[in-house]
Amino acid sequence: MGEPCAVIGVGQTAYRTRRRDVSIAGLVREAAARALEDAGLTWKDIDAVVIGKAPDLFEGVVMPEAYLADALGARGKPVMRVHTAGSVGGSTAIVAASLIQAGVHDRVLTVAWEKQSESNATWALTVSGPFSTSLVVGAGGYFAPHIRAYMRRSGAPAHIGTLVAVKDRLNALKNPYAHLKIPGISREMVESTPMLWEPIRYLETCPSSDGACAMVLAGERAARRAPHPPAWVHGTAMRSEPIFFAGRDAVNPRAGRDCAADVYRQAGITDPRREIDVAEVYVPFSWYEPMWLENLGFCGEGEGWKLTESGATALDGDIPWNASGGVLSSNPIGASGMIRFAEAALQVRGMAGEHQVDGARRALGHAYGGGAQFFSMWIVGSDKP
Amino acid sequence: MSSEPNHVVEFPGGYTRSVGPVIGRFLTELRDGRLVGVRTADGRVLVPPTEYDPETGEAVTGEFVEVGPAGTVTSWSWVPRPRPAHPLDRPFAWALIRPDGADTALLHALDLGEFEEGADPPRYLKAGLRVRPKWRAERTGGIGDIACFRPEVTMINAPTRLEYRLRGGRALDRFLAGIAEGRILGHRCPVCGQVIVPMKGLCPRDGVPTSEEVEVADTGTVTTFAVNNLPDPRAPDVPFVSAYVLLDGADLTMLALVAGIPADQVRIGMRVKAVWRPREEWGPTLDNIKWFEPLDEPDVLFERIKDYV
Amino acid sequence: MNRDIAVVAFAQTRHSAQDDGLTEVEMLAPVIGEIKERTGLTRFGFTCSGSCDYLAGTPFSFVSALDAVGAWPPISESHVEMDAAWALYEAWVRLRHGDVDTALVYGFGKGSQGALREIFTQQLDPYYLAPLGVDPVSLAALQARAYLDRAGVKEDDLRAVAARSRAAGRANPYALHLPDPDDEGYEVAPLRPSDIAPVADGAAAIVLAAGDTARELCERPAWISGVDHRAEAHAPGARDLTRSESTRIAARKAGADRVEVAELHARYSHEELILREALGLDESVSVNPSGGPLSADPVMATGLIRIGEAAARIHDGTATRALAHAASGPCLQQNLVCVLSGESDG
Repeated sequence: MGEPCAVIGVGQTAYRTRRRDVSIAGLVREAAARALEDAGLTWKDIDAVVIGKAPDLFEGVVMPEAYLADALGARGKPVMRVHTAGSVGGSTAIVAASLIQAGVHDRVLTVAWEKQSESNATWALTVSGPFSTSLVVGAGGYFAPHIRAYMRRSGAPAHIGTLVAVKDRLNALKNPYAHLKIPGISREMVESTPMLWEPIRYLETCPSSDGACAMVLAGERAARRAPHPPAWVHGTAMRSEPIFFAGRDAVNPRAGRDCAADVYRQAGITDPRREIDVAEVYVPFSWYEPMWLENLGFCGEGEGWKLTESGATALDGDIPWNASGGVLSSNPIGASGMIRFAEAALQVRGMAGEHQVDGARRALGHAYGGGAQFFSMWIVGSDKP
Repeated sequence: MSSEPNHVVEFPGGYTRSVGPVIGRFLTELRDGRLVGVRTADGRVLVPPTEYDPETGEAVTGEFVEVGPAGTVTSWSWVPRPRPAHPLDRPFAWALIRPDGADTALLHALDLGEFEEGADPPRYLKAGLRVRPKWRAERTGGIGDIACFRPEVTMINAPTRLEYRLRGGRALDRFLAGIAEGRILGHRCPVCGQVIVPMKGLCPRDGVPTSEEVEVADTGTVTTFAVNNLPDPRAPDVPFVSAYVLLDGADLTMLALVAGIPADQVRIGMRVKAVWRPREEWGPTLDNIKWFEPLDEPDVLFERIKDYV
Repeated sequence: MNRDIAVVAFAQTRHSAQDDGLTEVEMLAPVIGEIKERTGLTRFGFTCSGSCDYLAGTPFSFVSALDAVGAWPPISESHVEMDAAWALYEAWVRLRHGDVDTALVYGFGKGSQGALREIFTQQLDPYYLAPLGVDPVSLAALQARAYLDRAGVKEDDLRAVAARSRAAGRANPYALHLPDPDDEGYEVAPLRPSDIAPVADGAAAIVLAAGDTARELCERPAWISGVDHRAEAHAPGARDLTRSESTRIAARKAGADRVEVAELHARYSHEELILREALGLDESVSVNPSGGPLSADPVMATGLIRIGEAAARIHDGTATRALAHAASGPCLQQNLVCVLSGESDG
């Protein structure tokens, strides 16, 4: 994986249904300026900018990296724009890290964002050409059948999704940036909400948010000079597979398993449940926690729901998942993956505030997208590898 | 009053009112396109200015202070059906507006744009809304020199319409030609041997071209499904069941509408059959198949289809 | 890490001025098939593509494109919503890590199915520019006017660029075959239709390889001796439209000198003149021997094709040092310079 690379700055905006107080550039600059401040740097210290977001139809600006170039201080600098569907926030961070690891740059600013309130997420994700029927309404419409297949295959009881919905929202109460803050969240409250796409209930679904997340990544020399502890990158991986083909396992996709195996190998991890202290995993519908527990090798196939039920993934469990509240609590789609990667970094830097997992030294950041076919992951640690 | 009035009180030419130095200063400044207030003895700024401090009755100082022109709504009412004398002929708000730099608020009309008569107030109309005056081009020194206030610009509307002429492609054209004849066609991959329906002209798994046509049945098995309760104008009426159906003879499931059975009775493993529209309505479109409905056959065991979900 | 990385294979479609009724995937698949056959590779260490959702007006155009690649078992893959030249840049960066030796890069675009001028209006600043309805051709004409005034160049000089590009394009089997410019009116003054890249549908793919793998796969690899890209400010009133400072910086960083051939992503004839100046190309350099974008502009692949065409001049031995340039955004807002050499530095 080349030269050492570390996260030396993290910046997030408050995530809200509508950030009507800012323009697109204002939103993106808010996160970027906070990341620079954390890194003790100014715009002029940055060598290159890597921007990520999900489909341009959300805001109706085609390839907005052009409009945002100087808003991100990139006049005379390289700017790239990554788009890998829902995994894009993670992929964007990996492309930025890749520039450091290749020895091309010393300090790279990476920003991922979405301002979903400028249109409507269900519309933007479901715009289809004249040849396809609209049987899938939004992401939930796509994922619901796969969740049903998981429940059938694993024999998981129906309340498992509810447990995750409650746990992640309890965590969100400790995160100042989180969008959904539901005091008194309980199983009864989740179970009283309607089925949007059966078997997915309203409160088992992620919100639609405006927001941006940014990181400053640095090579070894720059990392040593940073004012706060760095999070060292121990491994990065991306994997993709086609969306529809005969024999595809859409519940436990091989691309996810291969991606995890690759990133663990780089980080020297053989037993993820024991060797990873905290994980920020892309869980936009509550049932994806047990599904990804299995896909990521934290337990055997069919066992994920038992781990969730045992409380192992809670903030005080032995392997906390989504201490920040996760995608279920904040979901500016293009940024959601980068938030996972950034929260993983905050944990191993000891800078996660109220939702800090004590003594976290190694963390997983995870994102997925498309029809659960694009995966990006990284492992960060407080020690230089 | 439904009929014409039969009595009118109107002073010919309008009343002539003297305004005095304080109000006069305010209106004179207004005519010049400025908003001013007056400072009270204890340092507060009154807008619109009066000769006295409404709290103490003490005379105000002679110090005028430019304020605004932007301000903040402190309270409001909403007029869904304006009356003839109202300053606007479409639904609008009356608002108390505290200009920046002032300690009191001014009453004025607040125009929030186009609304149908009788409309409810928009949700963003609330205390704290930031507004600015819309000045009349010709001003005479009256409160009407401000035509109304309008919200500060926080959002612009960006209508976008892009037109495309999309083609379905060679494989889809062939598939739909089959559908137009009531046949469901697929391709067999020369590498993995799997039958792909609808065909794409290539196997996504092996990345090779495919051309061997295979006709499959219009019966199949539901491998998994969702019950959709979220309405969308482009989708069927809710609740509708979107299901992955493994057609007999195919190796790849197809997303399809399942109907003719209550949503809560759809099952994984259920046998279904395509319901075709009347032949005279057929064209090269999947709409020829209305949906899939249950067959009177026993369910397929999950073990037999679990690899197709 | 510093490794020698080369373009070892290049394939493209015969670009088409009208919609041939193929989907993007159907258009792309033969190109992927051809480049796999030419290299004998079916799996690559890394794959990266460039495309734009708005060309078809639906989200996720790159998802179905993956069907053409044969992404099974799953592949290490990424995508840029930019011209595929930037996908090549991402792949070049990835190969420098040292753990993988080959990369597949591809780009595709069907410009024929939408109104490109209206689509790329929506790439402009959404507050001050897009609401005006100003389109990229009008902005390019604004830049052309400014350049003509500053450089003392005449409209006839633009016509000469167009005529030379079209003549070269007629000798290129993959380009559109367009007639010599005649007495045509203005499209947007001072630009006439022949000064403007014609809409085309097309796709292209490149295989990159490192070190000895490159030498095994290609008799005469086109080694990337330098590649860099830079951006300008967005607002046309906030920069000097008559110069391409970002191209100048990218060329300096990429070590662009002593080249014999240059393939430039000039979508308007005046852009070639601005780029020649920024790159310091004199009359001895053969510019756009392929006909360039003025002879075929399959958007999102056009920049990658410049790199492919420049590499092809190395592969066939007609040049030992070549330059490729790719651009993105209105009025040459972003510019990439790639220098290719028949000799590796290592």
